[in-house]
This record gives sequence, C-alpha cells and structure tokens, in this order.
Amino acid sequence: MSVLHYWRALWGIVGRELWRFVTQRERFISALVRPLVWLFVFAAGFRAALGLAISPPYETYILYEVYITPGLIGMIQLFNGMQSSLSMVYDREMGSMRILMVCPLPRWFLLLSKLLAGTGVSVLQVYVFLGIAWFYDIHAPWQGYLWVLPALVLSGLMLGALGLLLSSFIKQLENFAGVMNFVIFPMFFMSTALYPLWKMKESSAFLASLAHYNPFSQAVELIRFALYAQYNPYAFIYTLVAFLVFMAAAIVGYNPSKGMMMKKGGA
Amino acid sequence: MNTPSALAIADLSFAYGGKKALAEVSFEIRSGECTLLLGPNGAGKSTLFSLITRLYDTRAGRIELCGFDIKRDTRKALAKLGVVFQQTTLDMDLSVLQNLRYHTALHGIGRKLAMQRIQQELERLGMYDRRFEKIRQLNGGHRRRVEIARALLHKPALLLLDEPTVGLDVPSRLGIVEYVHQLVKEENLAVLWASHLIDEIYPDDHLIVLHKGQIKANGTVDDVLKSTQTAQIKDAFYSLTQGEHA
Repeated sequence: MSVLHYWRALWGIVGRELWRFVTQRERFISALVRPLVWLFVFAAGFRAALGLAISPPYETYILYEVYITPGLIGMIQLFNGMQSSLSMVYDREMGSMRILMVCPLPRWFLLLSKLLAGTGVSVLQVYVFLGIAWFYDIHAPWQGYLWVLPALVLSGLMLGALGLLLSSFIKQLENFAGVMNFVIFPMFFMSTALYPLWKMKESSAFLASLAHYNPFSQAVELIRFALYAQYNPYAFIYTLVAFLVFMAAAIVGYNPSKGMMMKKGGA
Repeated sequence: MNTPSALAIADLSFAYGGKKALAEVSFEIRSGECTLLLGPNGAGKSTLFSLITRLYDTRAGRIELCGFDIKRDTRKALAKLGVVFQQTTLDMDLSVLQNLRYHTALHGIGRKLAMQRIQQELERLGMYDRRFEKIRQLNGGHRRRVEIARALLHKPALLLLDEPTVGLDVPSRLGIVEYVHQLVKEENLAVLWASHLIDEIYPDDHLIVLHKGQIKANGTVDDVLKSTQTAQIKDAFYSLTQGEHA
C-alpha cells in the first residue's frame, strides 16, 4: 500500500463526509440552531443572574455570553462527535460500514480518516457559529480566530474519538438514546462550558472536581484560551491524552479479533 | 485442475457463544469457476462470508485468498476480493458515480483510471447513462447492478455475492445471474455465490451445499446429482438438507 493509496482513501472519506454535510442543509442548520438558542436565549437570561469575576484568559469583566461562547463551541463539537458515531452505528446496521471495513487498509487508518472527516465538518460549523456570534458583539482578538483552529482540531478529534468508542459498544441504533442521557448531558453540564470552576466550587466541591477531570472541560478551556490567542498547556496535554486513550480504545473496539465484532461470536 | 486457487478454506470453525455456526469447513475455489453456495436459512452462509471478508476473526481454521492468509496478510488478501453484500451498502444520498468514486478512492485508484473503469463497468451493465442519478432514485435491480460494478472496479480475483438477487423481480434476477456467469468466462474470475434459489444454477457450475454449518456436498452439478442419486438439483438439495426449504 503506497502513501498515495492512503492519501486517496483519506481524501475519499473526508470528501464524502463534507459533501454529505454540504448537501444536508437540515443537518447544518440544526447544528447551528442549538448553540445559537443557548447564546441568544439562555445566556441572555442568565446574564443578570450570574456574576463573573475576572479570570484568565479574560483581562476584564465580561458578559456571560462571552464566557459561554467557548462552551457552545465545545457543544457543537460534542454533538457533532456524537452524531458521527450515531451515523456509524446507522452505517453498521444498514451495512455501508462493511464496505469501509473490507477495503485493504488498516482499520486504525480508516477510523482515523472517519474521525478527521467528522472533525473537519465540526470546525466548519464552529467558524460559521463564530461568524454569527461576531454580529452579536462577541468578538475575540483577530489572532484568536487563527489560534483556535488547532485547538478545534484537537478537541474535535478527542470528542469524535469518544463517539467512535461509544459506537463500537452500541449494537443497535435504539441504544443511542442512552448516550444522550448518560454521556452528552453529564459531560456538558458537568463542565466549565456554562460556569467557571470556582463558581461551581461555591456550591459543591465534589462537582467542581468532577468537572475539572471531565475531558470536555479541558477541551473547552483549550478553546477558551486559544480564542484569546493564549496557550493553556494543561488543557492541551489533558485533551491530547484523552484523545489518544479514546482512539486506542476505539481501535480495539473495532478490531475483529478483540472488540465488538468478537463479542458477537467466536470459534 | 492446474488453475490457481482464488479461495482456499481449511478446517474452518466458528461459534456464536456456545452455538456452532460452522464446523470444520474446507473447500477451494479456482479462477474461472462459479461456485454456488447453497444452504437453507441458518446454514452458516453469512457467517462464512463474514469470516472471508474479515468482518469476523478466524480463530479455528485457515482462509487464504490468492495465497494470502486473511489473518496474517489481511490487506493483500482483501485487495483481491470484491464483495456484494446481501443488504445494500450504497450511500443512498450520493449519485452512482460518487458511490463508485468513493470505492475507487478506498482502493487507491487514481482519478483517470477510476473514471475509465467506472465507464467500462457501467456500460457493461447498461447503467452509464444513469451515473449522475442518486441511488435513492434507482430500483432494486439497478442498485444491485451498481453494487456489482463497484465490486469489480479494483479488478478482484474473487467475487463474493451474498444472495444478491433476493427481493428482485424475475427479469432483474435472470439478468444478474447471466451477467455474473459471463464474467466468469470472460474475465476468468472466481465467484462464490451464496444463494437459496436453485434456478440460479447453471449446468457447469460448481456446488457447495452447506447445512447446519457443515458441508454436505461439494462438486459439479453432475457430481452432486450422482452422489445423491437424484435427477434434479432441487431433489438433491432436499435430500442433503433433510427436506428443509432453501
């Protein structure tokens, strides 16, 4: 297998996913509506209720809308990662996943390509969201819009890998509702997406420590700092390690001799 | 029998938990041979296909495609394989051309060569004019033709067909049966065709009858008729599977 073969396959998988995304307008709109509702309705309502002290990366008092913007970016990527895994469960049930699995390339590469495709889509969604947020007076330094790109790629990969891992355990599409209740909601609400850790500590130290170790929190912090052209090494390493762990587990999950395939049967 | 072996299976066993699905299955398929894999529902045909395509892991026994062990040389082995699964595996929202381009990309075929092969395969199947149509707009028979075209784009040595004519009307079914037999002759392709439709068998086909995970017969149509002392394949099949419907 030549490098060219890998490149063509990667481009084939990414191109297919992008094409599907561009042509499925409903998916694009619904991916944007969710965080925008949070921004325009939820954040506006909570602006008065929540007072935020100055904390890095912010150098002054900020509006609540500004605070939750990185969290909503994380939300876009979290839902996108889960939607990708949902589509993998669907593809597996419908059979189209088989075509991918029987092509002469290593499974880790095929899974990584799927992951990159999903991440590419989520990054596009995030930039459109940031564009709309700009008109809502949520501005970051112009360098931040560049700095945030690698952060978005890493957080997108981490959340996508988590989705992949979950999809390797889910046997039927119906079981996916449980993922919403047991993964997406706890991950989102028990994070720094909506309120800072110090604020959470005031009500529950235990919840604050759970939020601290939640990989989604670290992805949000990575994005938050990057959006202000700052580097948060702890969040970066945490997110990177979480990505590697989830990816490795997903590869094992899709390995015919070790993962979910073998749970279905064995000689 | 000097033609090379496209598929060699030796002592293959598989079980779902404690339930045996295949028990010491062994057979070979050579280039230029069309082998019909007959068996009633639950005989183990789909399990066998999942093992050959490496969707399941082989733990007991050995599978070789064109001399490559599916477990050790997975990628080389899979490169020799074209598959049409029982369930449609096309992307309904993409066009015929996009589906085929996706497949050629997965097999590392460059754009120019891919377009040549796509044109060649679609023209042979009378589908070239419909290349820009979405799969959703095609009927079942045409979708199957696209899947067969796709399975041939990377020039496999072995074509696996898992009950490809299920749910199709008679003309579509006969068209596909005829086309595959023509391919075997013209392209020297090896074909393993899982079916439970006895009228899909041609007189010079090779037959394997699988029942409850075991091979009950393996040979030419004449061999099977002789060994079962029957005059028709239908009767031979019933006697080998103890009257169970295919």
